[in-house]
Amino acid sequence: MSNERESMEYDVVIVGAGPAGLTTSIKLKQLNPQINICILEKGSEVGAHIISGNVFETKALDELIPNWKEKGAPIKTKVKKEKFLFLTKKGSFSWPTWLLPNVQKNHNNYIISLANLCRWLAQQAEELGVEVFPGFAASKILYSDSDEVIGVQTGDMGIDKEGNHKSGFEPGLNIFAKVTVFAEGCRGHLGKEVIKKYNLNNNKSPQQYGIGFKEIWEIPEEQHSEGLIMHSAGWPLDNSTYGGSFCYHAENNQVFIGYVIGLDYKNPYLSPYDEFQRFKTHPTIKKYLVNGKRIAYGARALIEGGLQSLPKMYMPGALLIGCDAGTLNMPKIKGSHTAMKSGILAAETIIDYLLNNKSLSAYEEKFNNSWLYNELYKARNVKPSFNWGLIPAIIFTGIDQILFRGNLPFTLKHIHADHERLVSKNQANKIEYPKYDGKLTFDKTSSVSLTGTNHEADQPVHLKLKDPALPLEYTLSEYDEPAQRYCPAGVYEIDDSNTDNKKFVINAQNCIHCKTCDIKEPSQNITWVTPEGSGGPNYANM
Amino acid sequence: MKILVTVKRVIDYNVQVRVKSDGTGVEKDNVKMSMNPPDENAVEEALRIKESGKADEVVILSIGGEKSQETIRTALAMGADRGILVQVDHEIEPLAVSKIIAKIAEEEKPGIILMGKQAIDDDSNQTPQMTSALLEWPQATFASKIEINDQKALITREIDEGLEKIKVNMPFVASCDLRLNEPRYASLPNIMKAKKKPLDLKSIEDIGIDVKPRIEQIKVEEPPARQKGVMVSDIAELVQKLKHEAKVI
Repeated sequence: MSNERESMEYDVVIVGAGPAGLTTSIKLKQLNPQINICILEKGSEVGAHIISGNVFETKALDELIPNWKEKGAPIKTKVKKEKFLFLTKKGSFSWPTWLLPNVQKNHNNYIISLANLCRWLAQQAEELGVEVFPGFAASKILYSDSDEVIGVQTGDMGIDKEGNHKSGFEPGLNIFAKVTVFAEGCRGHLGKEVIKKYNLNNNKSPQQYGIGFKEIWEIPEEQHSEGLIMHSAGWPLDNSTYGGSFCYHAENNQVFIGYVIGLDYKNPYLSPYDEFQRFKTHPTIKKYLVNGKRIAYGARALIEGGLQSLPKMYMPGALLIGCDAGTLNMPKIKGSHTAMKSGILAAETIIDYLLNNKSLSAYEEKFNNSWLYNELYKARNVKPSFNWGLIPAIIFTGIDQILFRGNLPFTLKHIHADHERLVSKNQANKIEYPKYDGKLTFDKTSSVSLTGTNHEADQPVHLKLKDPALPLEYTLSEYDEPAQRYCPAGVYEIDDSNTDNKKFVINAQNCIHCKTCDIKEPSQNITWVTPEGSGGPNYANM
Repeated sequence: MKILVTVKRVIDYNVQVRVKSDGTGVEKDNVKMSMNPPDENAVEEALRIKESGKADEVVILSIGGEKSQETIRTALAMGADRGILVQVDHEIEPLAVSKIIAKIAEEEKPGIILMGKQAIDDDSNQTPQMTSALLEWPQATFASKIEINDQKALITREIDEGLEKIKVNMPFVASCDLRLNEPRYASLPNIMKAKKKPLDLKSIEDIGIDVKPRIEQIKVEEPPARQKGVMVSDIAELVQKLKHEAKVI
């Protein structure tokens, strides 16, 4: 088959048009305009699969495009005021800002839509001659006989449910490149493959993840305060579950509201989606949203492991950058500037590799000498301390971040992978979530409809079960099939309308490409692969 | 023989369209846009006619803002030969659109004009009909099958009662139904090639047609939210509810 495929050749192929991939391409062209580069993006357009808070630190962008303001970057709303709240069931108290560690101070940052920033970055890249191809998913990695990455294959288009060619069948092509850059974002499915194949996470802590939700609300003017950002910890989560909220007052009377929950949670009855919905009913939050209108919804897994879990970022013929490796700074709750910096370093490494015969392994030295490493080093002990529970972690983080500025002489490790953390349903308390009111809180179906998600219906299911019998034979009885709850889009259902013949249903068409199932499934039974290109959500201003 | 195909850039069919809070229209900022779906069928059909040897050029025409070039490029990537964009930066009404198409048709002299049966944004379903009237050409709307034979075409139309077959003489205007065909995917190499195909930009002044709107839009509102349905346990309850609650029987 592979002999029949058409092929194209580039100097560099980049998988994923997010902040990391786009930055790599721009920096490469700045360093050498002759280099030919193509970016493959599985979303229907650049930005369609980008979702992020986002309070943006401009540090890396200042390095990449110093005159971004003149060039009209969609970075407009400066942070004016910030609050950090602890929520109890009915009340809240503010943490004094002078007691916040430096990493959580945002006065030089901006409230932005990362999707729109990526659209703008893609324009900059295209003006420099980068070929950006949205709607094309890189579905396979091409290796040489000596096991070097030599490019990627785009997905076939026009295959039906059973795997037969439909009338419009269009085979994917082989894209060969001297260097392949994996920049798929958190838990990229090709990134996952190379981490395993080249043992890139040898001697590292298991990666840690979270699931993040975001909604955009349009609220009455008198409840809006442009430039205000709020974060919270506490209710509705218990003290042993890691997570918190964000609420950013952006331009045009919009509020970006969201919630992040560590995927190391233990109770299989916990529903991250419902925790987020419930959070919005807290009096402190509700007062902003009431009489407002929800206009967007989305969710995505994110990296929480930090430096201890960061795999080696180079391999023969390829680099792994941004959150495909895991460069997010957890205590800062920011990954965009770090992803972009990892892209700048990637471009410099690639130039040296292509033109000066240096090895791609030079990436490591560049990385270790950069502010990016320094930032992640100082942040490294915060997340693991939350294993001790909320209060001890806050005390420790105060000491670590304020007194020692992240320079304590030891490094805490992550012990377990997230999928190992669930306890049996018999050891867990059921959680009763309140009913959705259709005003502040909504069911998953109406939420997914706001994401503009679509997949061609007649194609193979892109959520693969290693053992199709496992959900009903084991996961249901042991964990009450948590996929029903951790999936933010209602993809997984147990159909028990016929009690003698229960069914595990996968509504793959609803999938919003968050990757949570691939991470949290307790037996690692679900593998996320790329569906036909341009499938998935169509996020506008996320 | 030349085929002229018209394409319109519209909000993608997957997007949940949202009315702007000030009621002046619908939100289009950063919203995913794509080719009007029945226009894709029109492009596909033109390409099939060309591939069967019955036409030798497929020309794509769009009327709209600068970004409509992307929509034309999509059609070129599917296999069309060249494009024309008449640049207009505001909404224009079907009559003005028809006049522009007729004007271009007089210059290009196509044997067939293929159009989508209607655009999914304003659902006017007027442009093909008015274009054929302005040109005084035969029209075949809602085509689900087009067979070209010599200077004639046998066209199957989707109508309320079923299917209707009509014969039209060239040149004619046909509007395409979604059942006409399955549009092809644009492959990566073809997207690359499409970037180099000719695309002619014309200003509305070049065309010399008055595109001033004739209709004043007062306000755009969302339709009232649909009420949730209820499950009834049996027919008796249904009848009860229809009688006393809905008061329809």
